[in-house]
Amino acid sequence: MSEANRIEEGGTTPSKQDTVTQPARPRSRTDLLRSGFGRNLGLVVALVLLCIVGVATAGDTFATGANVLTILRLAAVIGVVSVGMTFVITGGGIDLSVGAMVALASVWATTLATQQLAADYHWIFMVSTALAVGAACGLVNGLLVAYGKIVPFVATLAMLASARGLAEIISDRKTQIITVNSFEDFFGGSLIGVPVLIWIFLLVAAAGWVLLNRTTFGRRTFAVGGNAEAARLAGIKVQRHTVALYVLAGLCCGIAAVMLMARTTTGSSTHGQLYELDAIAAVVIGGTLLSGGRGTIVGTVFGVLIFTTLNNVFTLNNLSISAQSVAKGAIIVVAVLLQQRLARRSTS
Amino acid sequence: MTDLLNMMGIVKEFPGVRALDGVDLDVRAGEVHCLLGQNGAGKSTLIRVLTGAHQPDAGMIRINDEPVQLNSPTAAIQRGIAAIYQELDLVPDLTVAENIFLGHEPTRYGFSRTHEANTKARSILQGLGHPEIPTNRSVGSLPAAGQQVVSMARALSRNARLIVMDEPSAVLDPEEVSNLFRVIRGLTESGVAVVYISHRLEEIREIGDRVTVLKDGATVATGLDARETPTKELIQLMTGRSIEYVFPPRNEMPDAAPVVLDVVDLSRPGEFAGIGFEVRAGEIVGLAGLVGSGRSEVLETVYGARRAATGFVRVDGAVLRPGRVQDAVKAGVGLAPEERKSQALLLDEAVFKNITVSTLGRFASSGFLNSRAEREAAGKLALELDVRPPGVDQPVRNLSGGNQQKVVLARWLLRDCRVLLLDEPTRGVDVGARSEIYALIRELASNGVAIVLVSSEVPEVLGLSDRVVVLREGRAVHTGPAQEIDEHQVLDLVMEGSAG
Repeated sequence: MSEANRIEEGGTTPSKQDTVTQPARPRSRTDLLRSGFGRNLGLVVALVLLCIVGVATAGDTFATGANVLTILRLAAVIGVVSVGMTFVITGGGIDLSVGAMVALASVWATTLATQQLAADYHWIFMVSTALAVGAACGLVNGLLVAYGKIVPFVATLAMLASARGLAEIISDRKTQIITVNSFEDFFGGSLIGVPVLIWIFLLVAAAGWVLLNRTTFGRRTFAVGGNAEAARLAGIKVQRHTVALYVLAGLCCGIAAVMLMARTTTGSSTHGQLYELDAIAAVVIGGTLLSGGRGTIVGTVFGVLIFTTLNNVFTLNNLSISAQSVAKGAIIVVAVLLQQRLARRSTS
Repeated sequence: MTDLLNMMGIVKEFPGVRALDGVDLDVRAGEVHCLLGQNGAGKSTLIRVLTGAHQPDAGMIRINDEPVQLNSPTAAIQRGIAAIYQELDLVPDLTVAENIFLGHEPTRYGFSRTHEANTKARSILQGLGHPEIPTNRSVGSLPAAGQQVVSMARALSRNARLIVMDEPSAVLDPEEVSNLFRVIRGLTESGVAVVYISHRLEEIREIGDRVTVLKDGATVATGLDARETPTKELIQLMTGRSIEYVFPPRNEMPDAAPVVLDVVDLSRPGEFAGIGFEVRAGEIVGLAGLVGSGRSEVLETVYGARRAATGFVRVDGAVLRPGRVQDAVKAGVGLAPEERKSQALLLDEAVFKNITVSTLGRFASSGFLNSRAEREAAGKLALELDVRPPGVDQPVRNLSGGNQQKVVLARWLLRDCRVLLLDEPTRGVDVGARSEIYALIRELASNGVAIVLVSSEVPEVLGLSDRVVVLREGRAVHTGPAQEIDEHQVLDLVMEGSAG
């Protein structure tokens, strides 16, 4: 076949190309497992198993609409944080400061001054304060990592300490109760029978999925996380992109802070304790590679749901928090071991 | 004198390549045996076989007339074979003594005996004529020459009887080289054999006893006298390939073709100085030189991946800001880097994503990617370049070296590059795919792209380029049409600094 013919075929009839593609994929079973569907299949199975256990052990309370909404409401806050975390980790970094950022944003958004402003005009002032604080913290993280060349672990560890400290200073270690009724009315309410918090989680997850999988920003995130040097030599602004990823994570923390404020009707420097570990755990069992370059929002959402359902099942059965932690640790290890076996099979 | 080492008929195959095809090597105790050969002749593979890193597919190795199996690096060390690589394998944050005894630290009841290690290290360094190296300093703080001595001391601490040195002088300045030679002489006097690899003929004449020449994975001459054999004969033996590469015919260069890339007086201290050349539309300019001559550094500086200390780069008359890759990319410059896997590819990503990574904006409207258009454009190019196996959704990792290189080239083709910088475009590419890459490079040029080609294989540079720039130790020693210079002259220039 001549060169010209080949070009023409490829150009004019892309469908033909697909028929060429098919036979070139040898290990179809492995491919299926590697594909998004296959990887998430394992998570679905895990979640279904958990639900079966829940129904079997506490059927009358577990399988009720109210309980499902409870699980989702609990999952929503950590879910939003985990979506931001997915971006940072896919881009080759890590953010240990998410919990502290949530605390600082919640405190800053509930100071007397901010609440006064919200009471006088609109609750949007509280929301935008929380978002701005989160984004600003993320910006500092990003600048330290991208331009200060501090390893992400250390840079965000410093933010973890200082953001929570700052939250304590601002709140004087007192829980700040929200008195703005319009804020509570809106975020505590429901839409078509589903709590607003759950809607926010769904929106953030959907937006995150689109951003990661359907935009240039997402593609560059994979490139930067997969091979930063190759990305740089391909002309991608790696440093600027890194900053953007941390700002995004900070923004998600701001959103999560608003949700937490609505759920607890308080702002507190003790909010968001250990969120960093919960978020990283959810991201990792979801199938996002901790070394960067591979990430999945759907997996992260399942990861969050699995942990929250686990907590719920344990609580309904009156098992201790300590037992939950043990189970959580075991799940993380099993999930990562399975992923590694899958990865080895597909590269060998 | 009996042979300390005797290698006979060594064969080593890698997928698609027969790297060693019957190599013989005899080394006597107390001699400096030089190994000569062009890049790709099989020197590195031979050394890996000798040090137990690779297992030969056929052939026999004897040490002191006793057949041996070197099936691991440890086995080679136990037989008294040590190697000092160009890239030194030292741990920079450990001390000199710790590095010397790495893996066999003096201990008692499991506790390391630092004092004993230091004393022993000091006496070995003394024996090497370098008592001034402090044994408790971290190796990273030593100069290159000092690190090399430590590497040698490590070999001696294992009672090595044969030490392989892979281009030990490449990182040293002249004074340090004479130090190195003093150490080597001391070693050989005590009966240690040294296998010395270098491209610099003057060194081989000064330190060497006998020479073995490799070409295309086979020994073509052995036991030559290092001092008496004429340069001409050595170069004759190294050149002339049994595998002839097919180079497509050159294009006619219209005289009026505009200068696209203009490099003026580019310098980076310690790497290269005063490099300048022009490339016109449709022209291929080749940079020839040894490893360490600064060729890759020049290319990366033109691209902005390294910041030039002096000089500037112009593309279509516009000066690029130094050290800005994005500027270069925006101006239409593309780089196919030397280390394809670590510098160019996203190995686990699909072929089409690797092709479109530098042109994402074209497939997006307000940030949203149209991945169908991406697949189509990438698929068209992949077909055009005959990337095999076909299919743009498979991860690049599954492709062979040659096809991975095509993916990198497709990336820049998609961008309609004005200037293409190719660093070792056929490294790790098997013989069959090479001709395809050559044809592709030529075709790009005929479409008006200005191309700069770096290769350590002289025939490749000469066969593809219109003009060549020969680099030696960071300086251009010759610039001229590729057809007016031959392989021998280039080798003379890069090895001795003059066209002989």
